[in-house]
Amino acid sequence: MDQNYGQITKDGLWNNNIVFAQALGLCPLLAVTGTATNGLGMGLASTAVFVASALAISALRGIITPQVRLPVFVLIIAVLVTLVDMTMNAWMHDLHKVLGLFIPLIVTNCAILGRAEAFASRNKVLPSLVDGIMMGLGFTFALVALGATREILGSGTLFADAKLLLGNWAGFLELHLIPDYKGFLLIILPPGGFIVLAFLLAGKRLIDQALTRRGKPLTVVPAANQRKVI
Amino acid sequence: MIERPLYSGPYAHERVSVRRTMLLVVFALLPATLFGLYQYGWPAIFLFVVTLLAAIVAESVSLWVMGKPQRPFLLDGSALLTGWLLAITLPPWAPWWIGVVGAFVAIVIGKQVFGGIGQNLFNPAMVARSALLVSFPLEMTTFPAPQPLLSAQAPDMAQGLAITLGDTTQVDAVTSATTFGHVKTELTRGAGMDEALAGTYSLWEHLLGTSSGSLGEASVLLLLLGGVLLLYTRVISWHIPVSMLGSLALLATIFHLINPSLYLDPLFHLMAGSVILGAFFIATDLVTSPVSVRGQLIFGAGCGVLVFVIRTFAGYPEGVAFAILLMNASTPLIDHYFRPRVYGRDRRGRPLNHGDGEDRRP
Repeated sequence: MDQNYGQITKDGLWNNNIVFAQALGLCPLLAVTGTATNGLGMGLASTAVFVASALAISALRGIITPQVRLPVFVLIIAVLVTLVDMTMNAWMHDLHKVLGLFIPLIVTNCAILGRAEAFASRNKVLPSLVDGIMMGLGFTFALVALGATREILGSGTLFADAKLLLGNWAGFLELHLIPDYKGFLLIILPPGGFIVLAFLLAGKRLIDQALTRRGKPLTVVPAANQRKVI
Repeated sequence: MIERPLYSGPYAHERVSVRRTMLLVVFALLPATLFGLYQYGWPAIFLFVVTLLAAIVAESVSLWVMGKPQRPFLLDGSALLTGWLLAITLPPWAPWWIGVVGAFVAIVIGKQVFGGIGQNLFNPAMVARSALLVSFPLEMTTFPAPQPLLSAQAPDMAQGLAITLGDTTQVDAVTSATTFGHVKTELTRGAGMDEALAGTYSLWEHLLGTSSGSLGEASVLLLLLGGVLLLYTRVISWHIPVSMLGSLALLATIFHLINPSLYLDPLFHLMAGSVILGAFFIATDLVTSPVSVRGQLIFGAGCGVLVFVIRTFAGYPEGVAFAILLMNASTPLIDHYFRPRVYGRDRRGRPLNHGDGEDRRP
């Protein structure tokens, strides 16, 4: 595989985005994206695991035999997730309480195992590092986009409780967009997560379509060649 | 190769179109709707108009986004009917944004994302009603007592507009619980059925429509009239309404006989506008109900059972919308197992025996 960092970056952030293209990791995605802050916290935690697991697995790829690779990958990822879990519990205790069970469950996020299997175990350390960062950021982007949309529609705020994640300086992020908003409960509930995700996926496809159309002009079929279908 | 049009045969066109079907259903809904609008006055009229307009705007916007032609789809009346069905299941004095949000949920999420008319899995109006009920429980369960138009205590036009705009301070709205809501609350409190029903609740009120309830669900009699019209014009067949009401009545009777102090009289179950509207107008939705006769009977019976179960054992006092949505979800399964018999073959797909001794088996 050639080490085209631009391509890796583009794939991770957009073309092969974990959520919007691969549709992986949907369980934590739908569970924690009630607000943009939760999405950001979950995304950053996952990114840390993405990066660290990519580093570890690509560094060890020479000595891991194919027969035992999956258990080894899971073991490495589990160690890293435990570290992230304990770190967050220590320094971001309130956010940790909100995200709760879903931090340990990063272990079972198939996207991380998928990147380990598909990329890190077959590439050198540096490209794997870039891939881990970009995939993680792409995942974070999706989580924040979904969280922000659901938060605005569902409760009329944006980045509520950002202080829990980023410290007190982040107070300016906490917006109360719609005054006197009654809240659209369905959007906050899990079905709303599915509905909003579906619309975001459709939006991504629309943007992709527009991009391809701009890239190459539409080939117009001559009228004579068009067959009339009755 | 030349394709010749088929000339032979005395073909006659039945003149069935989407537009005709939709307009017939609207026509059948007219008596109950007009009575509801009269009963609840100006706020109800404003809400009704807003909901219908929002449904048509939502349809138009969706068609524009998807690059479909506007005229044929807007004029087929399906958006109008969806808006109409939604509006008459709303509490009559709900604020305008309930109608607008509901109409957009119905048309965009309930119908157009599946590919537009004829493609939706769930009945759009019921999708919207359930979404609203889950999201805005307060607004969706505040039922005013009927105050007929032009009567002394009814709000005039300006007050009606204020109520629809969400200003509840203008008029002291006399709210009253629906029968099912009241009974549920009382029973949860531990009171017996006699005590729970001790108020002014009478079957007669439900039949005529002078009890409180959703905008167009008050009068069982007028809804039945519309249902009979639909049957007469063959827009619907009898299978779904009869099996739905029958299974509900059967279950309610059994439970009522077992313990009359815990379970409502079956007549109360049947004399609710919601179940009549659901059985004749919503469960029979041609798009979201099974194709075959046996499938329709099972579908209707499932609706009836679920209505009873939700009303009796679940947290919500009324469950017609949820029941129909759940059965909508199982329609593809029912259609898979209960297919119509293929012409010339028996139910298992074997050729029919024509009695001429010839073996046509493959």
